[in-house]
Amino acid sequence: MESPRRYLGILGAFARNSLMRDMAFRADFLIECASSVSWALMNVGLYAIIFRHTRMIGHDTGWGRDEFFVFMATTWFVHAIVQALFMPNAEEFSELIRTGNLDFALLKPIDTQFLVSFRKVDWSALSNLLSAGLLLAISLRGLARREPNPLTFDPVTLFLYPFYVMCGVAILYSVMIALASTSIWLGRNQTLYDFWFYITNFSRYPMEIYQRGWGRPLGAFFTFIVPVLVVVNVPARLLAQPLVPRASWEWPLAGFTVVATTGSLAASRWVFQRALASYRSASS
Amino acid sequence: MIARVRVWWTILRIALEDRLVYRGDFALGTLMRFLPIITQIFLWSAIFDALDRGPAGPSRIVGYQFEDMVAYYLLTMLARAFSSMPGLASGIALQIRNGEIKRFLVQPVDLLGFLLLTRVAHKLAYYSVAVGPFALVFFLCRGYFVHGWPDASTIGLFALSLVLSFLLGFFLEACIGLMGFWLLEVGSLLFIYMLLSFFLSGHMFPLDMLPHPWRELVDLLPLKYLAYFPAAVFLDKLGSDEIARGVVVQCVWLAVFIVASRIAFRRGIRRYSAFGG
Repeated sequence: MESPRRYLGILGAFARNSLMRDMAFRADFLIECASSVSWALMNVGLYAIIFRHTRMIGHDTGWGRDEFFVFMATTWFVHAIVQALFMPNAEEFSELIRTGNLDFALLKPIDTQFLVSFRKVDWSALSNLLSAGLLLAISLRGLARREPNPLTFDPVTLFLYPFYVMCGVAILYSVMIALASTSIWLGRNQTLYDFWFYITNFSRYPMEIYQRGWGRPLGAFFTFIVPVLVVVNVPARLLAQPLVPRASWEWPLAGFTVVATTGSLAASRWVFQRALASYRSASS
Repeated sequence: MIARVRVWWTILRIALEDRLVYRGDFALGTLMRFLPIITQIFLWSAIFDALDRGPAGPSRIVGYQFEDMVAYYLLTMLARAFSSMPGLASGIALQIRNGEIKRFLVQPVDLLGFLLLTRVAHKLAYYSVAVGPFALVFFLCRGYFVHGWPDASTIGLFALSLVLSFLLGFFLEACIGLMGFWLLEVGSLLFIYMLLSFFLSGHMFPLDMLPHPWRELVDLLPLKYLAYFPAAVFLDKLGSDEIARGVVVQCVWLAVFIVASRIAFRRGIRRYSAFGG
């Protein structure tokens, strides 16, 4: 990419345009926000019921009620950002290919992946950031006040947590854009959202739940091949559990997450460009 | 009468052929829908793992041991395959909004009858293709049905509850769609219904887990017959009295929504105005 400032300016223009369009239908925007928040509340209700019957998810895993709600809030942070920035664009990408309108994107003097990935922003999806913030604050307060062993916060976490949340966003973006790129070969990929949901569903639970039987190869696949399991697990673990002491595998996993992020972005870029090279436009 | 049956048969046949065009996509989509059960198996396994094992055997949550919980999820997926009506309410509202509904006012075809037959065709096509993926998943998960097959009468009641859940789901969503005569856009109403249905039909967890007074409140609603009730019947979680009462209440709710949909349609067309060609 040539000038990062130029691209930042364009990104700002995309965000403003999307906001103006959303504000033209304010009632619809508010309903969309309320829908997102309602689904979030429903999930809290479900796990509140589950935690009436158990103290922890997994034997001695450390994922008690408040820790799990930190995990859940982290899931919402990551998914709200991905849904706001990339989901509408990935869905539209399939239609651009099918209708041949991708030609217009290719002609523009800007990186095509950037244009295709950021053109629209779904501002209403960001409403879940508020729900996530609130849930995070409540659960961290619970953890800080619990007896015995109240959680003490290390200032390093303030840097590490947002860093790993952004790593998670980048990994999910890579999976999404790679999936959307397959539309060029398939002609149409309307089940993109289904695929996306089924794959990312694995990231929504603590990775300890896969540490048994045939869960082990499954967990390894979704950690090292399609690294969706580190997306929420790494940042949530940093915040919900004390930094010291840590199991021997945790810091290497955090290091691996950085490698996985870089690798995912590079791999998705390669898939996108290979797909573009196969693009033959659509007949008029 | 014969002429009417021939019309119904033709509608059913055309709708069935239409639905079977994309059978490959259908089968793959159905199989994919079972993927979340994998995470549910691991999640519930971890939850039960954290419970203390009692001296009397495996740990239980409201009478469900781990295997029951997985079997429950599979059965609610089957029940939802009967009771969910994708696109029905929004489709009715769209026909009201764009004026397409006027063809039912001039043709000798009843709207609700037509939609019901189309939906039956949709479901028949769905089951004929989905039977493969469903059979495969249930075969792979047969170990979770620890009590084996229930007796013939329970299977009969289970089948009856599934058929009733299909009809209840149809007329309930038809009522929401017919609200389009008054609201034009039923998206928000449908969203509220889906939200409540997902949570209170027992699709996400057995309703026995709900605390007082929510459990009693949910018993008063028709939603539990869309997922929880058929699964609970199959898993023998209800006594014979409860099953009999449940079937009767399900029939009463069905009758309520059939009458409500008829009234809504009759009153709706009185309000309806169609202009232009």
